[in-house]
Amino acid sequence: MRVGRAELLTGRAILVLLMAFTIVPFVSLLTTALHPSQSVPTGLDWPADPQWGNFAEAFRVAKIDKLLASSVQIVLEVVPISLAIAAMAGFAIGHLRVPGSRALMLLFIFGLALPFEGIITPLYYLERSIGVYNTRLAIVLPLIGLYMPFAVFWMRAHFVSVPREISEAARADGAGTWDLFWRIHVPLARPAVVSLGILLTVWTWNQFLLALVLVEDPTQRTMAGALGAFQGQWATDIPLLCAGSVLILLPTLIVFVIFSRQITSALLQGSVKG
Amino acid sequence: MTASADRIEPAPPPGSDQRHPRRTLAIARVRRGTIVGWLFVLPALFMYAAFVLQPLALTLNYSLYRWDGIGPSKWVGLDNYRVVLTDPVLTDTLFNAFRLIAFFSLLPVFVGLVVASILRRSEGGLLGTMARTVLFLPQVIPLVAAGIVWNWVLSLTGAFNEVLGGIGLGAITRAWLGDFDFALPAVGLIGFWVLLGFCTVLLFTGMGKIDPGLYESARIDGASAVNEFFAITIPSLRNEIVVCITVTIIAALASFDIVYISTGGGPGRATMVPGLQIYTLAFFGRQIGVASALAVVLVVIVLVVILPLQRLNRGTAS
Repeated sequence: MRVGRAELLTGRAILVLLMAFTIVPFVSLLTTALHPSQSVPTGLDWPADPQWGNFAEAFRVAKIDKLLASSVQIVLEVVPISLAIAAMAGFAIGHLRVPGSRALMLLFIFGLALPFEGIITPLYYLERSIGVYNTRLAIVLPLIGLYMPFAVFWMRAHFVSVPREISEAARADGAGTWDLFWRIHVPLARPAVVSLGILLTVWTWNQFLLALVLVEDPTQRTMAGALGAFQGQWATDIPLLCAGSVLILLPTLIVFVIFSRQITSALLQGSVKG
Repeated sequence: MTASADRIEPAPPPGSDQRHPRRTLAIARVRRGTIVGWLFVLPALFMYAAFVLQPLALTLNYSLYRWDGIGPSKWVGLDNYRVVLTDPVLTDTLFNAFRLIAFFSLLPVFVGLVVASILRRSEGGLLGTMARTVLFLPQVIPLVAAGIVWNWVLSLTGAFNEVLGGIGLGAITRAWLGDFDFALPAVGLIGFWVLLGFCTVLLFTGMGKIDPGLYESARIDGASAVNEFFAITIPSLRNEIVVCITVTIIAALASFDIVYISTGGGPGRATMVPGLQIYTLAFFGRQIGVASALAVVLVVIVLVVILPLQRLNRGTAS
């Protein structure tokens, strides 16, 4: 495509400006984190004597190791279970087409745009009554439920497009529905399952409201939930708050840099399907 | 839905005996298939019903009572809804949510369209690839982190004011998130920062699917770049634009994380939004009934705004 030189330069200038706009807050976070604890630095100054020790201090006071372990555990409980049961439901609705599947799908779709705030109050009382309040399960159980509309919708979209002949051939060989699903259809659904898994992992890691309301103990929360508590505790010590934020952001940033292509495409597909 | 069952086991020819063994077997198999199918749906349905539908029904139920969360509750009918829809303190939160749409939704979609066209025109370059990755970055970090980062950037001694001072605008520097007039746009700026990359990359991908022949023939007809943009690009991207608007409007109307961290609804109530108001009413104000009525109103508003948009989308698909 032939593009004028002036236009090209303007375009580049806009891109560079917007990239700076995106990056500067992260840079500011890092430079501030390196200032002496308790000081009140200004936005973008590189400190005369960088205090790399702030990170060690923040790691200790924020108990980053425990937070990481807690977040990982929540993800490891939420994501595989959600994937398995959503794939099963998507398979039954999209491929087996059980009687009533249209009504079932409508019921799930109804939950697609539901703001979490719409159910957070009763969830609090519900979880107190069943005794999971202030445990990791308080986040895990409702998250699985809240993911179902999207996850079932996603998996159904995959299974609808799988040719029926595949199942018929397997059935002729005497495979039951259970075997048919796990041996034949799950391996075929791998790309759809992986993308959904990436999405659910990002969303779980970043979940804040459920963690804030349903778990008081920061070490039982998600990373995002812990970050909220960390801000409340250290609001007065800006360098330390920034150091802690950098540490909490680091795992996400590293994973994103490595898997940026997969994460981006999963998030985009997710929004288009949703 | 028996049609699909027939496909698994063909119906016997008409007039065959009801008690014919093959027929009985067929019915048994179909029934068994149905039951197995439902068993596959059951776990997902159970989790959804127990942790989403049940609480949603409870929200509706709570919204009809006056309850402090501990003592006995008192039936008040629709009175909580009257409060939500007439008390200016609460209606203001709804207006704030709608004002955020300008920053969370309209601005990112508009700027996203411009940036995506720039990226398309200077395709293949290192700068373009870098820009897409960098701009998308805020989309993967927790919104809470975005709130903390910007809380600092927009503070009195923060980077934003430093940049303003650097370009000779030192006179207008202030604590942006603490200013009654500028706090809401400042919160909006954070939302813009988070959502711009998402819109840009989605629109960029959509532009890749447009037939280049359309542009070529437009060129031959002497169309300018601006003409092309409105005559070809925008109509071809209808689905992507609808998706962008839908996702970002939900983010604006149901915003919580960013506001909670950056302003807590303040100064005063300048940035109070329904999500945060529900939280404070229920867990600090001990007004479970009013909080629940506001929650129901929020859910209804989201649905009312989102559903017509989806029809627009489906219209092009069929």
